[in-house]
Amino acid sequence: MIAYIIRRLLATIPIMALVAVFVFMLLHLSPTDPALIIAGDFATPEQVDEIRRQLGLNAPLYQQFLHWAGNLMQGDLGKSIYSGLPVTTLIGQRVEPTLMLTLCTMLIAIVLAIPLGVIAAWKVGTWIDRTVMTLAVFGFSVPVFVIGYLLILGGSRKLGWFPVQGYTSILDDFGGFVSHITLPALALGAVYMALIARMTRATMLEVLNEDYVRTAYAKGLATRKVLVKHALKNAMVPISTTIGLGVALLIGGVVVTETVFAIPGLGRLTVDAVLRTDYPVIQGVILVFSLTYVLLNLLVDLSYVLFDPRIRY
Amino acid sequence: MTKHTGFKCLSAPMRHLALAGTVAAAGLGIAAPALAQSVLKVVPHADLRNIDPIWTTAYITRNHGYLVWDTLFAMDENLEVQPQMAEGYEVSEDGLTYTITLRDGLMFHDGAPVKAEDAVASIKRWGQRDGMGQKLMRVTESIEAVDDKTLTLTLSEPYGLVLQSLGKISSNVPFIMPKRLADTDPNAQIEEIIGSGPFKFVADEWQPGNQVIYEKFAEYVPRDEPASYAAGGKVANVDRIEWRYIPDAATASQALMAGEVDYYEQPAVDLLPMIQSDPGIKVETVDPLGTQGVIRFNFKYPPFDNKLVRQAAMWSVQQADYMYAIMGDPQYFEEFCGAYFMCGGPYETDVGSELLREKDIDKAKALLVEAGYDGTPVVILDPTDVPVAHGQALVTAQALRDIGMNVELSALDWATMTSRRAVRESPENGGWNIFPTWWLAADQLNPITNISVAASGENAWFGWPENQKIEDLRNAFAKETDLEKQKAIVEELQIELYDFVPYIPTGQYYQPTAYRDNVKGVLTAPVPFFWNISVE
Repeated sequence: MIAYIIRRLLATIPIMALVAVFVFMLLHLSPTDPALIIAGDFATPEQVDEIRRQLGLNAPLYQQFLHWAGNLMQGDLGKSIYSGLPVTTLIGQRVEPTLMLTLCTMLIAIVLAIPLGVIAAWKVGTWIDRTVMTLAVFGFSVPVFVIGYLLILGGSRKLGWFPVQGYTSILDDFGGFVSHITLPALALGAVYMALIARMTRATMLEVLNEDYVRTAYAKGLATRKVLVKHALKNAMVPISTTIGLGVALLIGGVVVTETVFAIPGLGRLTVDAVLRTDYPVIQGVILVFSLTYVLLNLLVDLSYVLFDPRIRY
Repeated sequence: MTKHTGFKCLSAPMRHLALAGTVAAAGLGIAAPALAQSVLKVVPHADLRNIDPIWTTAYITRNHGYLVWDTLFAMDENLEVQPQMAEGYEVSEDGLTYTITLRDGLMFHDGAPVKAEDAVASIKRWGQRDGMGQKLMRVTESIEAVDDKTLTLTLSEPYGLVLQSLGKISSNVPFIMPKRLADTDPNAQIEEIIGSGPFKFVADEWQPGNQVIYEKFAEYVPRDEPASYAAGGKVANVDRIEWRYIPDAATASQALMAGEVDYYEQPAVDLLPMIQSDPGIKVETVDPLGTQGVIRFNFKYPPFDNKLVRQAAMWSVQQADYMYAIMGDPQYFEEFCGAYFMCGGPYETDVGSELLREKDIDKAKALLVEAGYDGTPVVILDPTDVPVAHGQALVTAQALRDIGMNVELSALDWATMTSRRAVRESPENGGWNIFPTWWLAADQLNPITNISVAASGENAWFGWPENQKIEDLRNAFAKETDLEKQKAIVEELQIELYDFVPYIPTGQYYQPTAYRDNVKGVLTAPVPFFWNISVE
């Protein structure tokens, strides 16, 4: 197991190197020139060249890459072209809101969606099943920003229970944190819940037809015990895969959710950086997202051991 | 500074009363109860990405600059330049030497006194980046500090816009920085934000893309005159200003209605009915000068290298079409403004504007025939992420198609357009024929600040028009010191502009601002100033 983890961790190095090369090339081949954006309307071509030189953008591409990669090896992601702040500082400012939003979304989604999926499979064909699946289709089909606006309208403006926007750190004020994170987590969680509920239902339906489930019923076990201990545990491998892969979906949704609820997270940082071609920030954020995703996949793979004793690494 | 508004008259006695109370309490040894900090929460029109207002022309950085820094001179609501950090100034009899004296009590946020050498270094740096500054520097023989409080600016030839340049209200504003910062290469950003303005920038709390925090600078000494545009007393009536960037217009509107923020600088016009349904919110046009829409041609390549085609384009459009497309509500735009240098400005005139006043498709088509237009594709850059620009691109495309031109809309984002408009290659090689933009009226008020009329060829603004007559008239305007003579030059210039068509002024519109009724003392000005404002 330890050897497997080490092997997987070592395998992330070439993956991250490929991501770094790809991101760097993609950005630098785009037609946008940050020097021209910075220079503004009054600058002469000489001044634009000077700004380009100061930013190091006039050097050959391979030199720019080597310079960036060299700094990267030392943990230096560079500085934002516009604000002049270190990329690590910018990412550091944004990690907590995005992390907490993602975790809260996953928590709400898993806590609600798995039981709903199990119940839908257990009561297959009934109104309960149809209601759960209708909600799932709704959650999957309606865009995150629409759900966000509806929640703001209902939860903030009509009921006045939650603030419209913003974020409070969990370290500063737990109550403020909960009130600020609830609506965004629900908005972002809708699609995720739908995905997990549908997967849970489908997998559970398969498992519930297995002989050992029939045997469990036959030997007189309570329904709850059969569903949770026998059926759900065996259905968890594909469900946990969906949960893991669904994080990619979440990262996409995070961008929209953070914009709608004005949460200063990594998603907004990425979009803002892309819109003004802030190369170092885009590169840094994509590397962080890629690393997170690679590590998450590793965690998902390791979680299989918990659900299926036959799996060994 | 001759006009006084009600709140301005009231604010001075109230300040004196408060001061008297504080002094009395201190004298009696009474411990004053801890007062809650007054905080003004603002949703600015954009995120503050750059903090050096000389390095960038971004309006958001200019607004930030006005909080942190001060200026030697400043424009008042009569569009006249008044001393600001300057106590006064003298001009030599030959009009070539300006001697400027700094007023007492000026101090930077780090506690250092403001000296003449700081002003000299700041003006030199600004003069390398700003268009009007560059023009001033070209006729400046020397600028020197005589002593700590006095500086002299000596011209090599008469120049009529010295004070207008030093009191320029919009980007780049000649803010006075400490010499050690002003000595920074003008092509690099300053690394520390130290000014002598009414508010201090709180660097530790700055989060690009989220928030910018300013705190009242207690040692700032405002002028005695009431605030008037950028001139007069800059009295900080709140302890703290929080700029909270909310990118989504609907969320920002809801935050204002929920009382989570106090002031929303530029609400979307289509959301105004919803905002106005809240009786606790005021919606006002605080910028009385407005904004001018601009459709810019590329003069280097066919078909717009031919002035007949540019005239045809102007005959094919009408301003109302643009204004309805980008603003929608007629109360926020002029039905027609034929002045290249803005309606309501000192150089307003509509001479020569006949071809913009009336839309005449037949005339436009006839001009295209006369010009020999052969169906050459017209590439219009269309930044779809900026509604003001996108709307202008669409209206222009339809108007040109209506007169038989072959139009290609090139959809891109604003950042890409900013790069592509600088491409001097032909449209088929990554260049362009038309791009849409806009300028605040404060930038367009005269032939020097309005760089879209400059026609110096390769050195001109994007599009690179060349017209010696226009340049001669601009230079004559700059040298002239008599207002009436300047107006006469502008009339002659505008006739030439309508013949040459450097760009189409697509209309003058006014951006409303919304704020809660607990916010008092909002100044009417072309720049959102945050002094004078109090929060109840």
